[in-house]
Amino acid sequence: MALRAVPIGQYLPRDSVVHRLDPRTKILATTVLTVAVFLVGTFLGYALFAAVVAGLILVSRIPPRTVLAGLRPVLFLLLLTVLLNLLFGGTTGSRVLLRVGPVVLTVEAVTRAVFVGLRLLLLVVVTSLFTYTTSPMELTDGMERLLRPFRRVGIPGHELAMMMSIALRFIPTLLEEAERIMKAQMARGAEFGRGNLVQRARALLPILVPLFVSAFRRADELALAMEARGYRGGEGRTRMRELRFGARDLVAAVVTAMVVLLVALPGRVAWR
Amino acid sequence: MIRIVDVHHTYLAGTPMATEALRGISLEIPDGQRLGLIGPTGSGKSTLVQTFNALIRPTRGRVEVDGVDIFAPEVQQRRIRQRVALLFQYPEYQLFEETVLEDVAFGPRNLGLPPDEARARAAEALRLVGLDPAVFGPRSPFALSGGEMRRVALAGVLAMEPQTLILDEPTAGLDPQGKAELLDLVEALHRRRGLTLVLITHNMDEVARLTERVVVLAAGQVVMDGPTREVFARADELVALDLDIPQPAQVLRGLRRRGLAVRVDALTVAEARDEILRVLGTPPAPGEEAR
Repeated sequence: MALRAVPIGQYLPRDSVVHRLDPRTKILATTVLTVAVFLVGTFLGYALFAAVVAGLILVSRIPPRTVLAGLRPVLFLLLLTVLLNLLFGGTTGSRVLLRVGPVVLTVEAVTRAVFVGLRLLLLVVVTSLFTYTTSPMELTDGMERLLRPFRRVGIPGHELAMMMSIALRFIPTLLEEAERIMKAQMARGAEFGRGNLVQRARALLPILVPLFVSAFRRADELALAMEARGYRGGEGRTRMRELRFGARDLVAAVVTAMVVLLVALPGRVAWR
Repeated sequence: MIRIVDVHHTYLAGTPMATEALRGISLEIPDGQRLGLIGPTGSGKSTLVQTFNALIRPTRGRVEVDGVDIFAPEVQQRRIRQRVALLFQYPEYQLFEETVLEDVAFGPRNLGLPPDEARARAAEALRLVGLDPAVFGPRSPFALSGGEMRRVALAGVLAMEPQTLILDEPTAGLDPQGKAELLDLVEALHRRRGLTLVLITHNMDEVARLTERVVVLAAGQVVMDGPTREVFARADELVALDLDIPQPAQVLRGLRRRGLAVRVDALTVAEARDEILRVLGTPPAPGEEAR
């Protein structure tokens, strides 16, 4: 069993403008865009939005095929949502488009189903574009900086970011370790995935106990190593890479604002 | 006997991360042989030995244990793993039971032995590795020293009563005394039980001391295979592969470069000493014969 084959974090290093953006810009823009997805109210709006996203994919040099492949896990959810909206999304008063036996398709339901489908699709593409172009390190750095103003109200931004980056760092390590322990126990005749549920759960003990022991040992060693190098929390800590907003971040902010204004608002606000 | 024919293995085959670890290896290991498996990091040593007991299914090729194709559908791989035991690197991290005795009995229990018999075998295995089952048996494996934990792990595979014992870097991380003790133990196991030994290590002195045949892997292929002394005689080729030669041979080569006409194929300190004395014309002092 190749546990290592599990893709963790889908960062795709490329040399592109989007990759070089300040992570804070990307976090904020992604947040704004995901909210905007829900504000769009017209087909034209969705077309524009999709065009912008397609443009972003091109600029970021992420192969479109990769983006499409990333959609596969949510495909079922997407289809189910569309189907449910198609069947039950209409109210009784709306215009009937098609009637097949007990199934009634109304104009309202079809519109709503298409909207919901597009929303989900764009949501997933926008957020995965963010993870494709932002390394976990940048992500935690950006989060830390964004949370800094909230320290006064007791939100430990630095600690949260540190915990996150350590956790991300150790996922592959622990997976590898789990595979190693599993093989070691198989060499002693252990078999997994056999018998009833209770037996299967019991068979996991010889993996979980050593895995926990080693995770705690690693945590201990890491804490010591950090202290040995003078780690005292975020106070007064300098960074190798300072985050700095540049001209491209301004451009990104303007583009995001324009998307919201052009695409999302017209459907909501009385613009006439 | 273990026989492998044209074994290839590719990790993550069919993905962009695919890496070819083994590229057409054929090997025969007769019963009772002491084989050293050496090669630079990433040469495929660990992958290779995991095909011997069906922990890794090679992407191509055949693996036979005692004439049986171990990947044939009717073969119970648990039976193969009983015959060909593998002790992984840093095996102390596989311990999990509440007591040492129960942990060592894990293998026999998996073989379907009744609890009493499994415990009897575990006690016997503990004795084999030099730990008194009455003293260590009831203790928690997590309360032992590093060297003791490793012995318990070794007992854990010995309790399966294997015919072949594969050791992957068995002395890594032990202090010199712990290393020497473990090697003595392995040597005694071979002598008393006739176990076939396969030793993976970076320490050439261990290879020189413990094995009679050496197989050198590089980039997933066998590049040398022969009696230990002959392989170490090809020192320049080994050095080109970033591998060491045993320290006594290094000393002799140094002496030879400085003009002393010694043979350079000594494997142990005693052999090197005798060779130097022979060239200098001084007979070994009484009571100092080669051990």
